Amino acid sequence: MSERSERSERLAVRKTYKLFIGGAFPRSESGRSYVVNDGKGTFLANASQASRKDVRDAVVAARKAFGGWAGRTPYNRGQILYRIAEMLEGRRAQFVEELRAAGLAKAAANAEVDAAIDRWVWYAGWADKLGAVGGSANPVAGPFFNFSTPEPTGVVGIVAPDSPLLGLVSVVAPAIVSGNTCVVIASEPSPLPSITFAEVLATSDLPGGVVNVLTGRRDELAPWLAAHMDVNAIDLAGVARDRVRTLEEAAAENLKRVLRPGVTDWSAEPGTGRMTAFLETKTVWHPVGV
Amino acid sequence: METLASATELRAFLHGLPGVDQVGAEERAARLATRSIKTSAKAQAIDLAITMVDLTTLEGADTPGKVRALCAKGMRPDPGDPDVPQVAAICVYPDMVPTAVEALQGSGIGVASVATAFPSGRAPMEAKLADTRAAVEAGATEIDMVIDRGAFLAGDYLKVYEEIVATKEACAGAANDGHGAHLKVIFETGELVTYDNVRRASWLAMRAGADFIKTSTGKVSPAATLPVTLVMLEAVRDFRDQTGRMVGVKPAGGIRTTKDAIKYLVLVNETAGPDWLTPEWFRLGASSLLNDLLMQRRKLATGVYSGPDYFTLD
Repeated sequence: MSERSERSERLAVRKTYKLFIGGAFPRSESGRSYVVNDGKGTFLANASQASRKDVRDAVVAARKAFGGWAGRTPYNRGQILYRIAEMLEGRRAQFVEELRAAGLAKAAANAEVDAAIDRWVWYAGWADKLGAVGGSANPVAGPFFNFSTPEPTGVVGIVAPDSPLLGLVSVVAPAIVSGNTCVVIASEPSPLPSITFAEVLATSDLPGGVVNVLTGRRDELAPWLAAHMDVNAIDLAGVARDRVRTLEEAAAENLKRVLRPGVTDWSAEPGTGRMTAFLETKTVWHPVGV
Repeated sequence: METLASATELRAFLHGLPGVDQVGAEERAARLATRSIKTSAKAQAIDLAITMVDLTTLEGADTPGKVRALCAKGMRPDPGDPDVPQVAAICVYPDMVPTAVEALQGSGIGVASVATAFPSGRAPMEAKLADTRAAVEAGATEIDMVIDRGAFLAGDYLKVYEEIVATKEACAGAANDGHGAHLKVIFETGELVTYDNVRRASWLAMRAGADFIKTSTGKVSPAATLPVTLVMLEAVRDFRDQTGRMVGVKPAGGIRTTKDAIKYLVLVNETAGPDWLTPEWFRLGASSLLNDLLMQRRKLATGVYSGPDYFTLD
């Protein structure tokens, strides 16, 4: 007993949850943070509370990363996404723990991590198949080869749903697999897994800026993202029904592609809809015989 | 000042200047850079910064078409908003001066031409002067000359002094209604190494008759920095106190964002004083800065962040 009390107790080294912008982990420009509690209301950690200027910086980072990411071969993007799945697998225990802290039971947390990794691998496989599925060789009445190919839309703003891991990967993977870059506003009540997920991205050969993660108040950040003239599309997955309309109106200013919220069960078969929502079609006419 | 300088007098004078407190200058510049300029003050600062821009294109690949496009942009930076002020000048290579003069006719925007074997300054004196005269005769209203850094660093201050004097004479050609072109003297502070050298170069150029002193060519890194500009602003302030003549300052190179530009404006106001806060006495040599100023201006006007897609590329 006396021996134990003489030794000083070791202090735990706790993680500071920050933002993920351009491949780095900065604090919010505003210096703000907010308290994140677990399912029972006990303190878990302080998360950064991003401001509109962090949104601006994240969009700049995403725009900068776009050319390089879109210019990679689909095969290479698939490899990198698969690498992310490998890293997720390696951190499985950490994600299970964070999901349990967010309120899930042990079995449910395990199942969600499994589903999230499987979902990511599923999307990784689509990287080099989208061109074949989304494109076509078109028959035309003239001496031309005519073909259409899918191209990434650009910078996609994503308001992530509250499903902290499965929901997050289900909205991020389909946006980036085709060559888009994105700015994600993480789940407001449980943002911590999204920052841990950002650590996975930072160690998986994914170029900095392809995915940028902001934590904070959705109602504060989403309007700035929706109105930003340098954002080409917005996924409103995590937006409450009564807020959708104003965000859609803001997004209309530069004709953003808008994906309205609809999914409630993230474990269901996703389909290709989320990928094709953020694609443009380029059609080329090429004279025959030249 | 009017007396012809001798090599020894000049050296004694320049080395007699008090040394620059490096840590102090950097700390002072960094502290001034934290000033927060918001809302209406920011709107004013943005418009002021636009009027101070020397919109620059100094590439080997410059074409007459590019210069004309840049001139059009200088006259009407944001075609969608007639309230945006004009820039101060268009800065080009000497052979592009006629193109710029023609494009800018009647707009009141100056045509600045780099000269004297820009950017290295490594050419015979006759070539440098011919370069300058050609630009002035073609209608340049401002000449941006480079000093001979090699001579300066070797301690041959008199050579640098005489070059500036000779270039100043070449500027006073028959063009521009006999007024002569304004002379800006570029130090290329990135190659001068120390703040003491920047201070010496400033005084040397001002004594030789420079109308403006300018940090850099934009071809060498580091280009303009806040502490270097601080040292130069102190020099022009002290020079006016001693002689009554005002000299302008132009940082150039590496100023890309509105935030950077506003930091420079704060520095000017706090160091040299508000007298220098006009395009007549302070310029920003830049190319990509203008687009960022326009984006910030539109952000203030519309309340939403703008993107580079909505402004011309140049």
